[in-house]
Amino acid sequence: MHRAWAGDPLLTRGIPPAYLCPEVARLWHCPEGFTFLDPSSLDSHAKSHASDAPPPRLELRGITKRFPGCLANDHVDLVLQPGEIHALLGENGAGKSTLVKMIYGVLHPDSGTLLWQGRETVVPDPAGARRLGIGMVFQHFSLFDTLTVAENIALGLDGPGPMDALSQRIRTVSERYGLALDPERHVFHLSVGERQRVEIVRCLLQDPKLLIMDEPTSVLTPQEASKLFETLRRLAAEGCTILYISHKLEEIRALCGRATVLRGGKVVGACDPRLETARGLAELMIGTELSTPERPPAGESGAARLVVKHLSTTSDNPFATSLKDVGFEVRAGEILGIAGVAGNGQAELMAALSGEALVADPASVVIEGVSSGHLGPRARRELGLAFVPEERLGRGAVPELSLSENALLSGYAREPLVRGGLVHFGRARAYAETIIKGFNVVAHGHKAEARSLSGGNLQKFIIGREILQRPKLLVVGQPTWGVDAGAAAAIHKALIGLARSGAAVLVISQDLDELFVLSDRISVLFHGRLSDSRPTHETSVERIGLLMGGLFATPPDEDGEIVRAL
Amino acid sequence: MSAEFALVGPILAAMFAAATPLLFAALGEAVTEKSGVLNLGVEGMMLMGAVCGFAITVKTGSAPLGLLIAAGAGAAMGALFGVLTLLLLANQVATGLALTLFGVGLSALVGQGFVGIPLEGLPKLHIPVLSDLPVVGQAVFGQDLLVYLGIAAVPLVHLFLYRTRAGLVLRAVGENHHAAHALGYKVIRIRFLAVMFGGAMSGLGGAFLSMDYTPMWAENITAGRGWIALALVVFATWKPVRVMLGAWLFGGVTIAQLHVQGFGIDIPSQILSMLPYLATVLVLVLISRDVARIRLNAPACLGKLFHPDS
Amino acid sequence: MSLIRLEPRGQASKAMVYATPLLAVALTLLSGFILFLLLGFDPVKALHAFFIDPVSSKRGIGELIVKATPLVLCAVGLAIGFRANVWNIGAEGQLTMGAIAGGGLALAFYGEGGWWLLPLMVIGGAAGGMAWAAIPAYLRIRFNASEILTSLMLTYVALLALNYLVHGPYRDPDGFAFPESRLFEADAVMPILWSGTRVHLGTAFALFAVAAGWVLIARTFIGFQIKVIGLTPAAAGYAGFDQKRIIWLSLLLSGGLAGIAGMGEIAGPIGQITPSVSPGYGFTAIIVAFLGRLHPVGILLAALLMALSFIGGEAAQIAMGLPKAITGVFQGMLLFFLLACDVLIRYRVRIGARRAVA
Repeated sequence: MHRAWAGDPLLTRGIPPAYLCPEVARLWHCPEGFTFLDPSSLDSHAKSHASDAPPPRLELRGITKRFPGCLANDHVDLVLQPGEIHALLGENGAGKSTLVKMIYGVLHPDSGTLLWQGRETVVPDPAGARRLGIGMVFQHFSLFDTLTVAENIALGLDGPGPMDALSQRIRTVSERYGLALDPERHVFHLSVGERQRVEIVRCLLQDPKLLIMDEPTSVLTPQEASKLFETLRRLAAEGCTILYISHKLEEIRALCGRATVLRGGKVVGACDPRLETARGLAELMIGTELSTPERPPAGESGAARLVVKHLSTTSDNPFATSLKDVGFEVRAGEILGIAGVAGNGQAELMAALSGEALVADPASVVIEGVSSGHLGPRARRELGLAFVPEERLGRGAVPELSLSENALLSGYAREPLVRGGLVHFGRARAYAETIIKGFNVVAHGHKAEARSLSGGNLQKFIIGREILQRPKLLVVGQPTWGVDAGAAAAIHKALIGLARSGAAVLVISQDLDELFVLSDRISVLFHGRLSDSRPTHETSVERIGLLMGGLFATPPDEDGEIVRAL
Repeated sequence: MSAEFALVGPILAAMFAAATPLLFAALGEAVTEKSGVLNLGVEGMMLMGAVCGFAITVKTGSAPLGLLIAAGAGAAMGALFGVLTLLLLANQVATGLALTLFGVGLSALVGQGFVGIPLEGLPKLHIPVLSDLPVVGQAVFGQDLLVYLGIAAVPLVHLFLYRTRAGLVLRAVGENHHAAHALGYKVIRIRFLAVMFGGAMSGLGGAFLSMDYTPMWAENITAGRGWIALALVVFATWKPVRVMLGAWLFGGVTIAQLHVQGFGIDIPSQILSMLPYLATVLVLVLISRDVARIRLNAPACLGKLFHPDS
Repeated sequence: MSLIRLEPRGQASKAMVYATPLLAVALTLLSGFILFLLLGFDPVKALHAFFIDPVSSKRGIGELIVKATPLVLCAVGLAIGFRANVWNIGAEGQLTMGAIAGGGLALAFYGEGGWWLLPLMVIGGAAGGMAWAAIPAYLRIRFNASEILTSLMLTYVALLALNYLVHGPYRDPDGFAFPESRLFEADAVMPILWSGTRVHLGTAFALFAVAAGWVLIARTFIGFQIKVIGLTPAAAGYAGFDQKRIIWLSLLLSGGLAGIAGMGEIAGPIGQITPSVSPGYGFTAIIVAFLGRLHPVGILLAALLMALSFIGGEAAQIAMGLPKAITGVFQGMLLFFLLACDVLIRYRVRIGARRAVA
């Protein structure tokens, strides 16, 4: 009963309950205690209410969520006011995603209460969240590739009405907020940035009072990101609350007026990020002092270990991006970084380098002086290539197999683990133990299944497995994506160490901060084309960002050469 | 000349009839697969539909009741598959095979007392004048109700899948079950319904065989039609209208080989009987080689397990 | 909300890997008990007639081994394919082709045989099965066509081919138009390994297949590759394991073994070519492979159990007039229960409400 009273429309107009009816006020303030009455406390509550602004848009009290083997959220409190942009800050694994999934009704708290506009509420499911006015843009977009933009949006609405009218509404909203979209296009044709627009427009069509953005800029160019910020500021000015999840400190300081910091599932602080330094925020988030890896200057660059020339690909996968005349080289002792927004040909480039996809012209990929375009992964590994794929679980490791079997997965080519067609399990075990020790992998020994490891520990295992094969050339995709800060620092250190010991390292990443920490030179991949590389110290995040947005390639001139500008 | 021409009508009629079991089963399976579930147990579901429909009709004398029970038996088999793959997360390929093996055995057990009993068949439609038209009269206007029902189901399924919200949700679930779950759709419930619909349609297809096409019950009466229906779904790239064209094509092949046998041409009957199976292989090869097309049309989550907490 | 729910285990339960087949057998027997009750038979007597009586004599045990032999041969090959996600379900057709090829040799050299004829027939049988399995392999690799459907379609073709042959070219010229071949000569018949029974040389092949299959799966690098391809094809691609080679290998291997099984049937217990060489061994072998956990030793045990369901079905039909189709029902149920119980390997079943209400 009392919940219904608490949600009385009069309350939301700021009229304190005590002035309406003492009975009601008593029920409101002492939900379980209406057998006795304490007039003094009633008075003070009434006063505080009289002077208060309207209730917060959303308030969480003591939210707790436990998963098997981990306490994801531990008595989390959070208050979001109308019209504010509030950052939820924390490392990977701090419990941010779990918390917002509970706000959006995907998960349900084990204990704790959620107050929506002052009224205690249970969000039963995402549809219920949408009815309340909560919208969410997921980090991994919840889109359907083979459906159109309008169909995708219709799926996220309750009662979307006829499709024609919906398409019109999509056009109106997308124009109003500067989010250009064609409702009739199929999603698999869209770039990552456009896909995010679909998600945002889907939320905006429901006139949200709270918009949750989960790591929205991790897939955007810096310029796209600042455009997104404009949209978000405009929404906030119109009264919409925005809960902004990120671990990128600079953008939080630029965008958000308040921040709540999570660590290990607990709230460890709240602040105005504009008044804090990025370093201070980072230390609050990580809990220890931050060490940036040292990058000793590169010596004389050595021999070219990987040369890619006129690499073009076609695919019978309609969702793939073809590479167009890609060329670069990586020399011994250096790290080359390739930046770019996902979906611009990274997967295709990785496959062409690893040998998972063979290319027509053997000479377009040369490893250690040997034309390798026609060679499979095994032959390339024997030439000295090691490889860390972007997709850790399901490509770099077999989830259901033990670490010693996963050590064998790529270790067989350069380590003596197979003899006469028979597996030497003892050696595989020993190799796995060496990796676990050498790279501080937290795991229950070599028998642990790969899927039982955290993202950071699995990545340390995979990188260790590759580095311990003493490669002449290492290709790494997204080395620290979704990895906690401690593991990320260790991985960066290992990669720099490998390069300085004389190997050539190629890092393909979407994380510009990471590339600027690691790389000696940076190139950008856009629509399957690669820009010329620039020494890191001669370029800037802004310039690379422009290239990621495609501002480098003019159409081929008469000679068929691609003119590149930087 | 006129004698040859006169044959066209009955041949067409026979073709539509031969296509009907495939049409029902393949349409149902197309809907099931669109929701992301690969049910290889079509043969088993058809057999259960065939035997239950036949047995009920013999016992009660009511063909409509027989058909209803046949659809129910197919749906029950589908539900069994759903419990195993959707709730207990069993491998869909293995479970589908098990469903077929189980259906073969159980239908033989149920049908033991019904072997050799004749049945009249379903009533034929007879529209005065139209049904007596030369050539097309019998083929187009003189079939029994189930043949028309099968054809009518094609636009209905098409409209459902591509013009209704429920159809959109079903396709979305088959395309990306995690995203559908995140948006709040009940993935398992939707798939369960799709699997049961597929089962009911297979049951009807089987019942048409035993209650009308033959009409009698014999063990393994479907003779691989369930598997051909599965191939048809791929051939049709999951599109209902193409499922119908495919079913007619197979009906045509079946009838052609029967007629060649009837003409006394000196080809051993067994060799001719191989034709529908070889045609299936051929058709499958022709369509599967176009990888891009399959990728664009196949539901992306086809055959993948879904657990809401992971 | 739902009262029963599944909670993922951190690691797969090793104990459950072994326990669930036993649980499935127990549940099948329980269901059989109920089924017999429903059919109006005394369930204790019926189960006894089905599962105990047939193996209470030397002859009965011999028959059990005879029936288990083709099941083991087919299932070991299938299991290797299933591990790599190569779904050959046409072992019945490959078995039939083995019988056609091996039996054809026996007929071709009728009256001119020697010691060499039987080895030649084994090779011929294996080659026939392999050839039939090579078609789905080629179509999968070259045209991306599902081997599930092609191998099954080819089974129907093989059965029709056998039917044609025994009505035509293979028919016994002195057999009054019966659709059967001549009885094979002594040179073309499998030697008996256990006198007083029909246990023949094929059983030795089956045991060898179990041993070799075990080495392949558990010890060799190829076995490791098969495992990775089956679990995570993308990881296999990353590691550089050649999936096409594994598809060829597993289909040729299972086809060859099924071919030997078919040849062993006609040169063993049957002794001639008849229109029905197998009561569905090729299909039952699918169940055997799963029940045996896709592991050769497990397959050996599972094949004995399945063989028992075949001879039990026949025995119960004779002794009590039980319908023979019950065999198929039992086999199907067993596989269902196994698939259902397997959820326990990766998940815990929790009973109770989903969450405590705050």
